[in-house]
Amino acid sequence: MNAQTQFSGGFKNAPIDAAYAFRAAMTVMARPGVIRLISGTQPPAPLSVAAGTLLLTLCDPDTRVHLAGGLNTDAVRQWLTFHTGAPIAVASEADFAVGTWQALGTLTQYRIGTPEYPDRSATLIVECDDLQQAGAALTGPGIKDTAHLSLPDVPALQANAALYPLGCDFFFTCDDRLAALPRSTLINAEG
Amino acid sequence: MNEYNFAYLDEQTKRMIRRAILKGLAVPGYQVPFASREMPMPYGWGTGGVQVSAATLTPDDTLKVIDQGADDTTNAVSIRKFFENTAGVETTEETENATVIQTRHRIPEAKLTEDQILVYQVPIPEPLRFLEPRETETRKMHSLEEYGLMHVKLYEDISQHGAISTSYAYPVKVSGRYVMDPSPIPKFDNPKLEMDAIQLFGAGREQRIYAVPPHTQVVSLDFEDYPFEATKADHPCDLCGAEDSYLDEVIMDDAGNRMFVCSDTDFCRSRRAQGHEGRLSKEGAI
Repeated sequence: MNAQTQFSGGFKNAPIDAAYAFRAAMTVMARPGVIRLISGTQPPAPLSVAAGTLLLTLCDPDTRVHLAGGLNTDAVRQWLTFHTGAPIAVASEADFAVGTWQALGTLTQYRIGTPEYPDRSATLIVECDDLQQAGAALTGPGIKDTAHLSLPDVPALQANAALYPLGCDFFFTCDDRLAALPRSTLINAEG
Repeated sequence: MNEYNFAYLDEQTKRMIRRAILKGLAVPGYQVPFASREMPMPYGWGTGGVQVSAATLTPDDTLKVIDQGADDTTNAVSIRKFFENTAGVETTEETENATVIQTRHRIPEAKLTEDQILVYQVPIPEPLRFLEPRETETRKMHSLEEYGLMHVKLYEDISQHGAISTSYAYPVKVSGRYVMDPSPIPKFDNPKLEMDAIQLFGAGREQRIYAVPPHTQVVSLDFEDYPFEATKADHPCDLCGAEDSYLDEVIMDDAGNRMFVCSDTDFCRSRRAQGHEGRLSKEGAI
């Protein structure tokens, strides 16, 4: 990777671009199952536009980021470090972790918060090949009746939801598409 | 370089607030600590709400600010001007046209939609604070879901006054888990807390952010034999005749004359524009 690609690909106009990106992230977290477009950055492969934009919107020197599996490359590390200053961390210490579901590994290694501070938990950004409003049925806060979302691993996510109010929260990214699954959502595999 | 950053706050502060908002949405009703900043207005004037709004606004938004339901009070006017100057967003007094509504102590009468965000200014976010002053203890009580003390307080209301006399900041349980202070809205507004819009709560001095996602179950605490009641003054509005809106009582003179008017000024104005009339609308004295 040359310096040119490392230094490019960030927000063109950070305050405005990040405001739109956050609004998309907030909307999907408040309404599990909803898919929104999110863009504004050109991250190095294999990071998706949605995941890269989300990282630049939420991460800074105060957040530890875990790059899982194939994302842990020089190019991604340098790009993320240049644009956010976020320290790279191992899974068990991460505030944000990004990677494919396989690469992220078992959920039990991530922080789930403490009973007195359930907010001190990891947010996982899961890179997906496919993201659709189909599959597992979701109910709970933010959902009027039932929502549907293609989830990578229903039993593991059900186990995470069972930890409520502790647990991890998830964003799912696919190209420039973004969805979310907070720990408060109840998941029914039947659909 | 003589302009403010978009919506006043620097980007790192906004990221910190945005992370808190996301965790707040993921755990509805739980108070997320955040590093509240000094704002160019005193604590108690909505610094928490202003910071949440600043982290939420985009240039496409239309902002409405109300103070006790009114668009034209000092607090509402100053905050509206603040964001006109620092974010360049459109502002409005019409509830239907707003995408972000910052409020002090009321929920608008008009039903809010999926496309709207309601931001509350919160003075004391901890519902248990007047029962237990120590933060370490209230935090433990929330973690253990130990809310008996709150029921004791409501019971003492009944034993002293014959009814639950708590009339504002009426405690609610969110999504069956956390007891939350809905900010000092009148309990008349409590049933509206289950709504289509996203609700965000910001407490600047107390450094807490919390949230209620759309369609989240919000139950006002009560007893089987003393169920929750959403009360209001038993009058129609004297200007627009509305019988279903929350009313302010206004003293008219030294002789004890008084009038009741909608606290939601936009609701009252739009009803009068439609031709609705109240007891005093013809006298020309208002």
